[in-house]
Amino acid sequence: MATQIRELIGNHKILPVPLERVRDEDDLYELGMTSFASVQLMLALEEAFDIEFPERMLNRKTFASISAIDRSVTELVSGRA
Amino acid sequence: MNAIPPEIRAAEAAAAPVAPAKPFLDRLFEDGVLMPTGVDGLYGRSGVFEEVIDGFERLVERFSREDGAVKIHFPPAMPRVNMEKSGYLKSFPQLAGSIHSFMGNDGDHCQLIAALTEGRDWAEYQSPTDVVLTPAACYPLYPTVAAKGAVPETGLLFDLKSYCFRHEPSKEPTRMQLFRMRENVCIGTPEQVREFRERWLERGPKMIESLGLPCELDVANDPFFGRGGKLMARNQRDQQLKFELLIPVNDGAGPTACLSFNYHQNHFGSLWGMKREDGEEAHSACVGFGLERIALALFRHHGNDVAKWPESVRAALFG
Repeated sequence: MATQIRELIGNHKILPVPLERVRDEDDLYELGMTSFASVQLMLALEEAFDIEFPERMLNRKTFASISAIDRSVTELVSGRA
Repeated sequence: MNAIPPEIRAAEAAAAPVAPAKPFLDRLFEDGVLMPTGVDGLYGRSGVFEEVIDGFERLVERFSREDGAVKIHFPPAMPRVNMEKSGYLKSFPQLAGSIHSFMGNDGDHCQLIAALTEGRDWAEYQSPTDVVLTPAACYPLYPTVAAKGAVPETGLLFDLKSYCFRHEPSKEPTRMQLFRMRENVCIGTPEQVREFRERWLERGPKMIESLGLPCELDVANDPFFGRGGKLMARNQRDQQLKFELLIPVNDGAGPTACLSFNYHQNHFGSLWGMKREDGEEAHSACVGFGLERIALALFRHHGNDVAKWPESVRAALFG
């Protein structure tokens, strides 16, 4: 799943830095992800994984790193199954 | 003229559920402070109302002059391309106002007139112009600053004022569709703009208290649109990017944001390519004064007869 998340981040140009240098735990906001970009990423994730982030997850922490996104998406995908 | 002392009127407002006092907006109309036009949020202002705003602006100006802020005046509209680029339509599509005009030929004109005569929708005969209404006084500033080249080491300070448009018709007199915003804007290093915001966070409450008005500071967020907007709003709050100075004004509603203190980080710097001399993106912050809201707070708390306002308040405004 982390690979797919990386692809989305790359395709939607969410970060101003090359993706290969980003580790799963790195803070995406610190790497230059803007608030706008995090919304774009949220919508892209919802479409790609056919999920909807509930209100409790609409916060900075959910999208703060690739591993944080991975955890949230995994939870939502498994909840759906 | 309303002769009821403010403290009694305040008590009336508190007792509103039992015997509803006349809504604040109706009292403003009745006493000629504001004039209805038939559209909620679009009102005429009396000469006295304008004098109150002038008085308050003199208080702001005293500080902005002391700081050496440069005054610039833009018309209440800006290039459509700049709104498109600003991201305003991503965040606040529900508030934006664009100006449309008829650009057709004789045949189209006939159809327009027919639609009007028959009471049909005539908007389809209108096309967007190159101009949109300014949503916040500082929006026209950033592209102008960016075009002038690098931001000097000492940073830049501006003092702006504009009528602003936001499409949010309401019966709350404090939520107008066209209203004036006075703004001071600082552009420079993160330290410079944060220090600027701190300075105004200290001054703002003192200014309002000197006018005999109760107020409180609180962390706030902009009314971003949609579900994505919730994420934006929480990001903004988590980072304490926006503070508001709230004053109770409306009947039975929470207090109204009359001043706001915003740290944009490098949002506008990155958007418009505003760079500092060292090549880094400039940061910016602004303090905004909702002039009609502040005037309405004064009328609400001191009554519709300005001659009867407390001497200290009159001295601060008109002295």
